[in-house]
Amino acid sequence: MNGIPILSIMLLVPMVAALACLYASAGNARRIALGATLLDLALGALMWAQFDVSGAAPQWQFVEFHPIFGRFAWALGIDGIALMLIMLTVFLMPICIAASWQSIQKRVPEYMALFLVVEVLMIGTFSAQDLFLFYIFFEAGLIPMYLIIGIWGGPRRIYASYKFFLYTLLGSVLMLIAMLWMAHEAGTTEIPVLLNHNFPVGAQNWLWLAFFASFAVKVPMWPVHTWLPDAHVEAPTAGSVILAGVMLKLGGYGFIRFSVPMFPQASEALIWVILSLSMIAVVYTSLVALVQADMKKLIAYSSVAHMAIVTIGLFAFNQQGLEGAMIVMLSHGLVSGALFLCVGVIYDRLHTREIDRYGGLAENMPRYALFFMLFTMASIGLPGTSGFVGELLSLMGIYQVSSIATVVCTTGIILGAAYMLYLYRRIVFGALTKPDVKAMPDLSKREIAFLLPIALAVLWMGIYPESFLRPMRADVATLVARVAQAKPIGDAQLAVSTVEPADAGAEGAHQ
Amino acid sequence: MTYAASLALTLPEMILAGGALVLLMIAAFAGDRSARAVHWLAVALIAAAGLALLGPAGNGGDAFGGLYRADPFAAFAKLLIYVAAAVSLAMAPDFFARDTTGGPQGQLRAEYPVLILLSAVGMGMMVSAVDLLTLYVGLELQNLVAYILASFMRNNTRSAEAGLKYFVLSALASGILLYGISLLYGFTATTGFDGIAAAVATQVEGGGLGAGTLIGLVFLLAGIAFKIAAVPFHMWTPDIYEGSPTPVTGFFASAPKVAAMALFVRVTVEALGPATDAWRQIIIFAALASILLGAFGAIGQGNIKRMLAYSSINNIGFALIGLAAGTEAGVAAVMSYMAIYIAMTLGSFLVVLQMRDADGRPIETIASLSGLSQSRRGLAAAFAIFMFSLAGIPPLLGFWAKFLVFDAAVAAGLWPLAAIGIAASVISAFYYLKIVKTMYFDDPAPAYAPANSVLEGGLIALAATAVSPLGYFAVPALGVVTASAARALF
Repeated sequence: MNGIPILSIMLLVPMVAALACLYASAGNARRIALGATLLDLALGALMWAQFDVSGAAPQWQFVEFHPIFGRFAWALGIDGIALMLIMLTVFLMPICIAASWQSIQKRVPEYMALFLVVEVLMIGTFSAQDLFLFYIFFEAGLIPMYLIIGIWGGPRRIYASYKFFLYTLLGSVLMLIAMLWMAHEAGTTEIPVLLNHNFPVGAQNWLWLAFFASFAVKVPMWPVHTWLPDAHVEAPTAGSVILAGVMLKLGGYGFIRFSVPMFPQASEALIWVILSLSMIAVVYTSLVALVQADMKKLIAYSSVAHMAIVTIGLFAFNQQGLEGAMIVMLSHGLVSGALFLCVGVIYDRLHTREIDRYGGLAENMPRYALFFMLFTMASIGLPGTSGFVGELLSLMGIYQVSSIATVVCTTGIILGAAYMLYLYRRIVFGALTKPDVKAMPDLSKREIAFLLPIALAVLWMGIYPESFLRPMRADVATLVARVAQAKPIGDAQLAVSTVEPADAGAEGAHQ
Repeated sequence: MTYAASLALTLPEMILAGGALVLLMIAAFAGDRSARAVHWLAVALIAAAGLALLGPAGNGGDAFGGLYRADPFAAFAKLLIYVAAAVSLAMAPDFFARDTTGGPQGQLRAEYPVLILLSAVGMGMMVSAVDLLTLYVGLELQNLVAYILASFMRNNTRSAEAGLKYFVLSALASGILLYGISLLYGFTATTGFDGIAAAVATQVEGGGLGAGTLIGLVFLLAGIAFKIAAVPFHMWTPDIYEGSPTPVTGFFASAPKVAAMALFVRVTVEALGPATDAWRQIIIFAALASILLGAFGAIGQGNIKRMLAYSSINNIGFALIGLAAGTEAGVAAVMSYMAIYIAMTLGSFLVVLQMRDADGRPIETIASLSGLSQSRRGLAAAFAIFMFSLAGIPPLLGFWAKFLVFDAAVAAGLWPLAAIGIAASVISAFYYLKIVKTMYFDDPAPAYAPANSVLEGGLIALAATAVSPLGYFAVPALGVVTASAARALF
């Protein structure tokens, strides 16, 4: 594999395909897009297979470095964390294209081209090893998403697209100023070097807050989450899948790549911000989700609650918390994507997202009911599905830091069960009385083809999470060692027992 | 230094001035039938002047006993000015010929290229001036031409109004400028930049800038701020941009902006460098006020040219942030900003030129852009690229321009300024997005007249490619050139 710039090729394939789409007919554009995304999936699988997880492996693999832009470099490279998120991206992309096969009928070439550009930018963000290259990829994602929501979205698409764009732009610009300051302070823009640079403690808080402004909006955290329900509801189905599946993960990735390792002291000092906002988010957005009448809005609010579990895990300063947060991100990417696809399937038939318009689908759409059931359970976090593994690890991690946060966030699982089961009951169970609902056909082969892979991945991650944890373990351990200097003293060791509290590093071994 | 050597250093201006006189004769004898030929001859002269920059005129030192300086800074600014002037010439003939109210030739007249050439002479003097008198003469030459250009469509009342307005307001600004010059001369006993710098340095070391020098400095900067349309001296811009013929507006928004900005940089750094602390606060205020006023002012505009006028005020504000840093990196950032800015601006005005109804009459409402992405895909894509680039969204090159000025400000310790400025850029993103929204999300309005100029289409494509992500491959070269330009001032 040495010498072949596989990451650059993975960026080039969708880029070339995007340009080709613009000059193709609708049918050809669909085929080009599907072919390119499948090729990227194959390349991603190849990369995963070649990824060295042995103890002697370097932290950064598939490294490319070309200082061709003067002030910053075309520097790519991945560790296990980035690898997993890239895999999530390339896995969801062909599914998005397949899901848009029939539901998008106007301006198909542009639609496919924009989706391919999104793929380029997402892979670029996860693999960038230069501060400013990262920023460019990170910010550039706004343009195609703005156009996707605005052109192919629902009735309030214009409002939603503006809100999405301006909200996330305002969050990000301060991060740029912080990055400029960091580049001057450290004298380099290379992320691997910056990861081990000790910034002055006094400046860390400011830098941390600037990055927080950007990532908190992207994740999104309460109270800056309000763009998300609008964007999700108005975006076309595949747009929602990409937003929930990959774009939200950019925020989590930002925290794990920048905020925690680069500013460990500030992360410790400001951990109360993360914990309190996450606690509010879990409870508040879960309750809001309970009363939604719109299916997509319900799932959007559930996303905010799930991402709050991610943020507490990320700031747990130990192996379980960080690994758990990563698994929740991957799991949420699959499950929320799948739930949006499930909504899209019935939306394509009845053209309404109102929950009350459905009911009794178990009778005429049994296959649909089965898939929907699986993803509902995964969203709740039933053991055996991917959701369980991540949430349990995350909560175990944060328990070592704050027992109160753990208690409050655990209620999220109960509330999650409440709103998801309530949603499922209203849509799938009950009497099949409405004539137009009665006329809805069950899943087509195409729809099964894009739901089945996600279902298998969800089960795989739930039953044997080791496949996904192994590539990340060494990198998470490096990160934990890096932040050990600022590890907060937890309140969970108050027990009268005289036994020494378990060491976080040792516990990482028996997962 | 011999007189011949001085003439060699000013060769670009000699070519343009002499060429303009010859073309004027051709126009006088051959009449307006020769207009198109004169246009292309003028473009050739500009190209020749640009080539002359490769010789001693590019980096030859002082001419005419310290009145004029040929250094890399001036050469780079002239290069930008010549490119902008050439594009303004190339987009003019078809526009003027279409307005048939002025007779069979339309408004196409041979004076236009001659005036642009004379303006280029004035701008060349502005950026090379190292003496307050050269500065004033160059500025006035450029101004006088600008009044005529603004009112070039003489049977159009809006155009005539624009010319008159420009004349009255600009004359006021020139008065202020001249008053500042006289005060500076009075309190430093010289008009040469080097002499002023020495006198100012003595004053600063001797306990602070004298009141007279300070007032002179303020008046001088106010006069130049008018020329670059920085708030609070911006009020002429929207009216004059709207009233002037579109090619002229495109010219106003590009070449004179570069010239005045380069002049601003040279005066502040070379003549007033020792008093950086005195003028920095003025620049910071002008920068932030321009960014905010440009952003808020543009939101409510329904006319595309007025909107672009506010956009230019906004952009000048960002460029001034680089100047506020007052460092070599800051000056290099300003010059890079202006280079990228003229590509985006000229591209935008070339798109505005394409906005014509079925009879060929120009349309200027933003609403008429509705659904352009469906009737003219390429044009809409190019305009969207210019808009996102002006908003400074990566990966377009407009982001790099902003990146450089903010980088210089942060390096100079002005990070609060950078933070406020960049936060305000989100406001301006709103109205750029509005244009994209109109073109991409709205239902189609009546289609424009079909494209009929390969040249204009080619120039739009060229500008769009330059500010697209491909432009980043030119970033290292731009960095080297602007760095050497900036080094010339320190």
